[in-house]
Amino acid sequence: MRQVVTQRPSGRPEGRPAVARPAGLRPGWLVAGLVAVLAALVAGVSLGPVSLPPGSVAVELLNLLPGVGLDSGLTEREIAIITELRLPRAVLGLLVGGLLALAGGAYQGVFRNPLADPYLLGVAAGAGFAVTVVITIGGAGGANTGLPVTVPLAAFVGAIGAVTLTYLLGSAGGRSRSPATLILAGVAVSAFLSAGQTYLLQRNADSIQQVYAWLLGRLATAGWHDVWLVLPYFLLTAVVVLLHRRELDVLSVGDDEATSLGLHPQRSRYLLIAAASLGTAAAVSASGLIGFVGIIVPHAVRLLAGSSYRVILPLSMLFGGAFLALTDVVARTAAAPEEIPIGVVTALLGGPFFVLVLRSARRVLG
Amino acid sequence: MSAPAVAVRDLRVRLAGVPILTGVDLSVAAGEWVTVIGPNGAGKSTLLRAVGGLLPTEGAVSLFGTPIQQLRRRDRARVVATVAQSPVVPAGMSVLDYVLLGRTPYIAPLGRESTADLAAAHDVLDRLDLTGFHTRELATLSGGERQRVFLARAFAQGATLLLLDEPTSALDIGHQQDVLELVDQLRRAHGLTVVATMHDLSVAGEYADRMVLLADGHVAAVGTPREVLTTELLARHYRATVKVIDGEHGPLVVPVRPVSAPDGVLGRC
Repeated sequence: MRQVVTQRPSGRPEGRPAVARPAGLRPGWLVAGLVAVLAALVAGVSLGPVSLPPGSVAVELLNLLPGVGLDSGLTEREIAIITELRLPRAVLGLLVGGLLALAGGAYQGVFRNPLADPYLLGVAAGAGFAVTVVITIGGAGGANTGLPVTVPLAAFVGAIGAVTLTYLLGSAGGRSRSPATLILAGVAVSAFLSAGQTYLLQRNADSIQQVYAWLLGRLATAGWHDVWLVLPYFLLTAVVVLLHRRELDVLSVGDDEATSLGLHPQRSRYLLIAAASLGTAAAVSASGLIGFVGIIVPHAVRLLAGSSYRVILPLSMLFGGAFLALTDVVARTAAAPEEIPIGVVTALLGGPFFVLVLRSARRVLG
Repeated sequence: MSAPAVAVRDLRVRLAGVPILTGVDLSVAAGEWVTVIGPNGAGKSTLLRAVGGLLPTEGAVSLFGTPIQQLRRRDRARVVATVAQSPVVPAGMSVLDYVLLGRTPYIAPLGRESTADLAAAHDVLDRLDLTGFHTRELATLSGGERQRVFLARAFAQGATLLLLDEPTSALDIGHQQDVLELVDQLRRAHGLTVVATMHDLSVAGEYADRMVLLADGHVAAVGTPREVLTTELLARHYRATVKVIDGEHGPLVVPVRPVSAPDGVLGRC
């Protein structure tokens, strides 16, 4: 019988010098993201039942800067519409969209799962259950009737409570806990709370419309108060997640290798989950459950701009905000004077938009 | 006398309650190439992971005279680099970005690569003949090219101890030789210490200064390739029929068909 046995050769080819740059946010993409945010802001403020010239709106936005006092040609009433009604709503759209897309991108990196979205660990179910409790017990007439908590506060507490429950359940296995057990715990908690919500709705059919109006998401009641409530969470989440963008790239090689490279994967993971969940809870408390943004925007960015989290996270924040602010324009103008729930519009626009991105980025997918 | 690169005393590892290593002693001198061999399930990969600090262990593991638990993770990552048997290939990641991950121990927490890190990565890529691959996606490379990139990431760590778990298991014989020659040349040029696991005993014997035969979680034999790669030891611990012949760089192990199948052979399949 013939055998092939490997023996050592001698020598190998020599190398050649070259130059290349590492992954990072290219200036062109950063400018595109900022332009998208500004365009969404101007569109969000200009368009509505009272149409305002975008140029005048842009001037009026500049007037908000300290030391600027240009004549926009708008009346006092029109300026009030901009500063008191439309601007806070557009800004809230930017914050909520940015938070959801940023949290979605972070979750996808933390769990190394492209299907991860901000509601993975039970935020949506927890908020939905708590809001249903408040509305059904408080009465269909309003969120505050008879109860000491408001709908946004209930949503926030419910979301945080659900994520905490998921963490405790996922950690019950001690050393064996892993991203997979956390996801499974999230599924279990979501199923449990959704069942409770369904039961409550079935017992209080007169509250269904009000609960669903919240579940489908809205920015309709947005005022500066909502913006100030969400802003601290936005800043906290953005700082924590963006500072960890390189660590998410390292985590993509797996926990063992990340550990051998000097990282604490578990510590980074839980810090990112906490920040993303807190941001998501704040977004949900302000705007209800808005789907699609948290999963579609990071994927679109990944396809178009690159797969490094140093690219995905900042661009997801910018384009997520712009996407939701523009979606809100469609939601309140497409069937005016009625408003379409924004969650419906994100799904209707987001699906075809993502198909377009997929087709144009086919080269990336190989 | 300088401390050994690796000193393992009475190492015991249990995974999910199952004892995998049961009292392993091992000493690897700085600059030495030691290859760990053994049948499937002997605990080779577990030993490497324990030496790399990736597992909770009992017993003592020291790297260059320092107990491993006294090393902070970042410091440990500057001393020891590990190439796993099947490293994860991140989707969409370029070769340069992957190699730059090796600079993580030198980058401040939450920081980014410096020009020195970039220069170090370029240098490693050049030395490993990967100059034209910087922008290529890792997932598009062939098995041999990919293995070079895995090694490049490990070399970029600047560690003096290299742990290689089955570095050639997915390669044809030509690429096996390329990769191992490369490791050996870099070892000699930079004074690296190599601890590897391998299944191909001939290849293992060609490159190793010493070999460790693991069986059932303990060291069954340790010595030069000529001392470990014997028909008797291999028959006893692998239950294999082989011929061992002299090669230019070490003994060559040739499996031969047994005259009759040993008792219980079907039970092992």
